[in-house]
Amino acid sequence: MSKKKKYKYIGKAFTKVDGLSKTTGQTKYADDLVMPRMLYCKLLRSDVPHARIVSIDTSEAEAMDGVIACLTGASMPNTFGILPVSQDEHALCPDKVRFVGDPVAAVAATTEDIAFEALKKIHVEYEPLEPCYDPAKAIKNQTDLIHEYGDDGNVHKRVSMEFGDVDAALDDADEVLDDVVFFQGNTHLPMEQHATLAYPEADGRLTVWSSTQTPHYLHKAMSKVLDMPPSRIRIIACPNGGGFGGKSDPFNHEIAVAKLALNTGRPCKITLTREEVFYCHRGRHPVLMHSRMGLKKDGSITGIHFQSLLDGGAYGSYGVASTYYTGALQTVTYKVPTYRFDGVRTFTNKPPCGPKRGHGTVQPRFAIELQMDKAAEKLGMDPAEFRLMNIQPEESITANWLKIRTIGLRECIEKVVEASGWKERHGKLPRGHGLGLACSSYITGAGLPIYWNSMPHSGVQLKLDRGGGVTAFCGATDIGQGSDTVLAACVAEILGVDIMDVRVCVSDTDLTPVDLGSYSSRVTLMMGNAAIEAAEKAREKLVAAAAEKLEVPPVRLVCADNKVFDSEAPEERWMSFAQAVVYAEAKFGTIGTVGSYKPPRMPGRYRGAGVGPTPTYSYSAAVVELFADEETGAVDVKKIWIAHDIGIAINRALAIGQVEGGVYMGLGEALMEEMVYRDRRNGVHKIPSMLEYKSPTTLEMPEVETMLVEHPDPEGPFGAKEVGQGPLLPVMPAVANAVHDALGVRVDQCPVTPELVLSAVESKNKRSGPKSYPDLKITDTMRIKTPDQGGDGDADEPWRIKRKKKAKAPK
Amino acid sequence: MMRLPTFAYRVPTDVAEAAKIIREENAMIVAGGTDLWPNMKRRQVEPKSVVALRKLDALRGWEWRADGTLRIGPMATLRELERDKRVEEELPALWKAIVSISTPLLRNQGTLGGNLNLDTRCFYLNQNYEWRRAINHCLKCTGHTCWTAPGSTKCWAVNSSDCVPVMIALDATFVLQGADGTREVKAADLYHVDDGRDWLVKAPDEIMTDILIPPQNGHRSTYLKLRKRDSFDFPVLGVAARVKGNGSVEAADIILNAVGPAPVRCSEAEKALIGYELKAETIEEARALATRAAKPLDNTDHMPSYRKKMIRVYVKRALEELAN
Repeated sequence: MSKKKKYKYIGKAFTKVDGLSKTTGQTKYADDLVMPRMLYCKLLRSDVPHARIVSIDTSEAEAMDGVIACLTGASMPNTFGILPVSQDEHALCPDKVRFVGDPVAAVAATTEDIAFEALKKIHVEYEPLEPCYDPAKAIKNQTDLIHEYGDDGNVHKRVSMEFGDVDAALDDADEVLDDVVFFQGNTHLPMEQHATLAYPEADGRLTVWSSTQTPHYLHKAMSKVLDMPPSRIRIIACPNGGGFGGKSDPFNHEIAVAKLALNTGRPCKITLTREEVFYCHRGRHPVLMHSRMGLKKDGSITGIHFQSLLDGGAYGSYGVASTYYTGALQTVTYKVPTYRFDGVRTFTNKPPCGPKRGHGTVQPRFAIELQMDKAAEKLGMDPAEFRLMNIQPEESITANWLKIRTIGLRECIEKVVEASGWKERHGKLPRGHGLGLACSSYITGAGLPIYWNSMPHSGVQLKLDRGGGVTAFCGATDIGQGSDTVLAACVAEILGVDIMDVRVCVSDTDLTPVDLGSYSSRVTLMMGNAAIEAAEKAREKLVAAAAEKLEVPPVRLVCADNKVFDSEAPEERWMSFAQAVVYAEAKFGTIGTVGSYKPPRMPGRYRGAGVGPTPTYSYSAAVVELFADEETGAVDVKKIWIAHDIGIAINRALAIGQVEGGVYMGLGEALMEEMVYRDRRNGVHKIPSMLEYKSPTTLEMPEVETMLVEHPDPEGPFGAKEVGQGPLLPVMPAVANAVHDALGVRVDQCPVTPELVLSAVESKNKRSGPKSYPDLKITDTMRIKTPDQGGDGDADEPWRIKRKKKAKAPK
Repeated sequence: MMRLPTFAYRVPTDVAEAAKIIREENAMIVAGGTDLWPNMKRRQVEPKSVVALRKLDALRGWEWRADGTLRIGPMATLRELERDKRVEEELPALWKAIVSISTPLLRNQGTLGGNLNLDTRCFYLNQNYEWRRAINHCLKCTGHTCWTAPGSTKCWAVNSSDCVPVMIALDATFVLQGADGTREVKAADLYHVDDGRDWLVKAPDEIMTDILIPPQNGHRSTYLKLRKRDSFDFPVLGVAARVKGNGSVEAADIILNAVGPAPVRCSEAEKALIGYELKAETIEEARALATRAAKPLDNTDHMPSYRKKMIRVYVKRALEELAN
């Protein structure tokens, strides 16, 4: 490693700025908020999977004592949705319901119990429509379409693109692996259930406190549905009790409760039950995948043809992005010279899927890492060696035009191989015991915003107080990941003040500059860079004023330990930080600075190139050790070694916490978590409860040895990359690969349940998983030349994007 | 899950009074509440009146009688019993069943009597009101169809108690006191109705006052439990096994639970053991016979075919443990 800067906070393990308030129970989550005259809201949800609404009669409910208002979808005709291309949701369904749990009416009452009882007095008449639960059926045209829009029938989105000639590459290969793999859907399961409090201000404005990861997008949706200018709406995102992507859509309950507050003139609160959180969902898409990988005898990959069929549920949500993501990041870990991707997302009558930690890249990563393991086996190579020889080079551009900057994958693999004793133990443990390896990569923030614009993705404002305090304003939301602490640390590090002298004021659309939200692992990098810029501007002013007073050149001044001092005579010529603020304010007027961040331009220019790029990718590698019982199929994970290329850890304790959290969540997905429905029982969710939706307890959590690989990335604040999502990805494939090492069977499906392990053990071909991939009739495949073919990042004719020529500014 | 509905909360101080209130007010009984309260929150049951047993001191505590009989008051908490070394050493099956129930925190609150009177469970039943409305309710709770087996006239909700099969295997006796008097009933006879709606052979006002476990002269016992996680989860297969005799088996009890509305005695498997040593072939034959005794359906965690397969494995492992 080259010269490593000395920092006071960065890279250390220090206390979270909100640590005391969280651990002593004083943090106010949305449901903790109470107001005088507050009403309680409940939603009546559809008990049929697919139907037209004939009538809704709320009169009996409205007549109840304590019921103040009822609301139906008729009063909110405007649609909303997170993506501009999928504006397909209503705050309350006006004419049609699309899954059991879709909201049709809302009640505001003086107590929650009265609101609940009132739901029973609302009478809805439905005209049933044929439901569709299966993506394989959804791809055939149906009479009762779930939506009026989409690519065809119940197909929401079709994507097909080819980079280089994949057929030729597979023909040219010595071996072609052909695998069909299924990844079952699962959900976020945050501890905090979603809650929203809406308050109609006396001046006609509306203030909304909500457990949301994306206050800015909620702001836009709220304005659209309520027909109110954004300037009259204030969204405050409360600290989230866990999000994981489950609170990054604007939600129907948030808008409905706001409308009830406006209609009644009283504050109105809704807190979802656990069952309702399952209905909000937006979690992992169930994805059926088909991957063909061409291999040379020397171990190089000639090309990959990857297909994915996504079960999207009832609404668009982030689904178009999710579809692209199932095809985007296969190329950023290993050298894949030619690549083709066909993706199809279908609508079904189930709660909508969306982004969950690792958004859309988790399922294909599972498939690819299983295939890499099989490829190594086929070539007679060690799985770790095989991966090491195929690592994508640093500062390169992939076949699908993704720009790789630093890549610490080699060191990640070497670390977990060394720590786990891989070379001595893989393939050599007694039957039932096994080791499995898998790698992964993830974006550090999406390269593009959700709606097209050329503004910054994150902004930070600083206000310096004469008493020495600093307030940092930013739209970012702390969902438990520690973004408040990162913000304070970046500012404190640059200004040389104690971190507790930095007050953070975040996620308030009236007070803070926009940050797009806590999703896509973007906050540390984008907010961090914005914070550094703002802090450096403030430091410049302080130093200029202090230099004058101390009569030393500004370049000699250092800000540290709450002081500004002459680096050549720190004891003699110095002043306190507060004193410097006073001089600076006298010299420049009120001290306030801003910083903002926008990702660099990406080389890909074809349609769909917006999903996948990022300022820089993080990398992970994990080895799982487990015992698989061949009589019961039960898997007991003994230990996990995981190495993560993080650039640099802003806060070491929080970074390791994120890795361990990712491993824990990954183990749940690997072993037991499943969102499953009863197709023959009206499409109800099988188990919407925390008792029966199985998620690991502390007893299932093995020892985790985390190793951080730190080489500062030029794009990151102080060199930092993401850590919130990436470390989850290798866990599931490493478990499946370890089961193979333990029992010699392949489970090509996630979760790796005891049923599947046992069925693989009992089967002739020692495999369990999906048998075949349907013919999705892909025709119009967009062709794009790879960088190696001399392409320019755009597609060939006729798919080429017509661009207006920009007039160059005269020099 | 919603909050509790409104109900009258009765706290009588003697058993006769409790039985009287239950009969007069059609009340339900609450001991630790870890079963009843969630069921009420989901509106599976909405009693207008609930009788709490917490002030019935006669129902607390446990003692070893001179003849080696263990008498347990049903209000003894699971946690209290699991801390008793003598229970752990002399009645390993009971101890294993108790420590496998839910979590340590819930065992502080839950009672042995509560576990023995646990309501039957089903994926179509243990859901909130709105969910059940979406399937038009089920046979056990205001509906007309058992969604586990739609052609069936009986309810297939599962007896999910860990201690029930153990009590049967240990040949326990319960004392019940109702408004009409007191009687004793063998554990095996309390649960013999194979219907999830009516799984206890007792009048609603009969309160369990004593659990009597006879001395286990020469009997060895164990309990194994199938579930996905090592805490929280109810059993989706429970195997209580007891054998007597060093060398060849003189007496054997193999009781399965959580595979249907009532516990299942594997009589054929038991017979196959008598007179033989607990060796591989004997165990192999017994476990095959045991598997035939139960027919789990798709209303709990794990696939029913898997649960049936696991009977073979769990019965084998239980018998192997007792062989050593």
